[in-house]
Amino acid sequence: MGHILDSYAAEWERAIRPGVSPALDRMRRIAFDHFMARGFPTTRDEEWRFTSVSPIADRVFGLIDEPHSDAFDIESHRLPGPLAAELIFVDGHYVSGASRHTAQGLRVESLVSAIGSGREAIERHLARVAPFDRGPFVALNTAFLSDGAYVELPAGTVLEQPIHILFVATGRSVGQATMSHPRVLVGLGPNSQATIVETYIGPDSVSYFTNAVTEAVLGENAVLNHYTLEHEGNGACHVGAINVQAERSATCTLHAISTGGALVRNDVVAALNGEGVDCTLNGLYLVDEQRLVDNHTTIDHAQPHCASREIYKGILADHARGVFNGKIIVRPDAQKTDAKQTNRALLLSEDAQINTKPQLEIFANDVKCTHGAAVGQLDDEALFYLRSRGVNAAQARRLLIHAFAADVLNRLKLEPVRAGVEARLQRQLAGKLRVA
Amino acid sequence: MLRVRQLHAGVSGREILRGIDLSIDAGEVHAIMGPNGSGKSTLARVLAGHPEVQVTGGEVLYDGQDLLAMDPESRARAGVFMAFQYPVEIPGVNNAYFLKTALNAIRSQRGQEALDALEFMELVRERMARLGIDEALLNRPVNEGFSGGEKKRNEIFQMAVLEPRLGILDETDSGLDIDALKIVAHGVNAMRRADRAFLLVTHYQRLLNYVVPDQVHVLADGRIVRSGGKELAFELEEKGYGWLETAVGG
Repeated sequence: MGHILDSYAAEWERAIRPGVSPALDRMRRIAFDHFMARGFPTTRDEEWRFTSVSPIADRVFGLIDEPHSDAFDIESHRLPGPLAAELIFVDGHYVSGASRHTAQGLRVESLVSAIGSGREAIERHLARVAPFDRGPFVALNTAFLSDGAYVELPAGTVLEQPIHILFVATGRSVGQATMSHPRVLVGLGPNSQATIVETYIGPDSVSYFTNAVTEAVLGENAVLNHYTLEHEGNGACHVGAINVQAERSATCTLHAISTGGALVRNDVVAALNGEGVDCTLNGLYLVDEQRLVDNHTTIDHAQPHCASREIYKGILADHARGVFNGKIIVRPDAQKTDAKQTNRALLLSEDAQINTKPQLEIFANDVKCTHGAAVGQLDDEALFYLRSRGVNAAQARRLLIHAFAADVLNRLKLEPVRAGVEARLQRQLAGKLRVA
Repeated sequence: MLRVRQLHAGVSGREILRGIDLSIDAGEVHAIMGPNGSGKSTLARVLAGHPEVQVTGGEVLYDGQDLLAMDPESRARAGVFMAFQYPVEIPGVNNAYFLKTALNAIRSQRGQEALDALEFMELVRERMARLGIDEALLNRPVNEGFSGGEKKRNEIFQMAVLEPRLGILDETDSGLDIDALKIVAHGVNAMRRADRAFLLVTHYQRLLNYVVPDQVHVLADGRIVRSGGKELAFELEEKGYGWLETAVGG
């Protein structure tokens, strides 16, 4: 792995130039040293037991210095419907010409320009919600932190329309495979409300590496509806970390959809730091071919009277592999916690497999915590019932798969997102319905 | 319409049907009666194409076609319908959507145009009213949370919408109170036509008070041991199934 790390060092020396702000320079340097000292995780790390990152760790990825937005059809990936803002990043670079920003009362801009103008909220939150000692990939992202999205809502601001943040990987070659390290920082003031959609896309049959980190802070009584739509190309490696801190009475809903990528690892960490926080994690992943999707979630109940609802569902076909690890921490102060976790996997092939593990760490005594995990196949009796009424076998399978995912899909309240995800599922499943 | 000849079939290697011969003509209603374990439900399921039932011998011709060579959906599209003894709950699949998909698949086979949402609702409302089915059931997932009686009525409702040529009722009458039984019977009677036949698989003679069969067959140990007119059902009701064992044994 030595020469791979050397290549990161060379790339870092070459591309990461100091100067925007001394604080940023220092942060990147410390994160970089941290990453170099630790290196990539191996399957000997408990957190990575079932997921080998060798597709990332065994090859050299380079940064793209200049965005070529015309190398990819951006228009077809815009989020339909009225938007408060749409920020577009191509190969890690903010493309202001393609981005739009209409809503009043919120600050939406590229992270670098926000850092340059010395926003106080950035000082307070950047790399603090997701500190780089949280893992090597967060450290790596922080070391290479350049462009990203910054969203700040002042207290009491309610955004009626969603903000879309689109990260496009063009997959074009720079003599080697390419990487990007997108960063999103969201600060919601007290009593504010926002819907934010992050989309990750890229071309099929190309190897590239996206290493994203999102940090979100919810002030008292703030409401965040956050969607991560991971639709990378089938040759991509995607590592994404979503880190949220919620203060008293905040409502936080995190939707996580994964349909692409050869190797995908999602880490969601929600810290419920005030009383009465309501947190929902709603996940759906579709894995096929030889791909692997690993979802690790942590809900940290630190204060009393918080409720968390987590439901993750996976559809696995062909030789796909899935990993689910759902950790719920209930700290000694977090009395009256009400936590419920469900995860289910549907295996469409004998060769697909899933490793699933609920992990409850409960240190308070007056709490309600439940979890349920189930792995199954399509119900033969239901399949026969549908066919016996004239519905053909492929259509019957499609109906049952859709039914399996229905409760997660129905929670996607943003209609263009739900419709887009459903269409993608249909398309991706179309070839997999004719198995015997 | 239906010709069953020397049909042998079983489940997981165990033979259950041991040579069934049965002929049903268009316009007729036949009843199959018999004790538990005699093979009644297996017969219904093999005709509908249940993948768990393996045919080991004999043949079934439906309108001259080899029924056993057809997959379940092809049988349904050719006009075979089985009302399930235990209708399957399918969470997440909307009843109306499912039924419309099924109906339009069958209509397409018949060379009819697909019904649009409005035409479908019109048809469905009329059939629901006929069977005393609450319209709210339409927008629920298939059979989920239905009471036993609702499930059975839902089967007959589906049959009324799909309008099969051969309706097979697998113990639809079991577990129904008398009011529900009358509704089911009325649903069947309303569908009786010269070009449609029914096979009623039942454990009890009770249903046959309301749907009068042309022929009654008694199934025991995988074979039809007696056939006769509707009076055979009364005889069974009176004597029970006990005498059969002697008959078969002897």
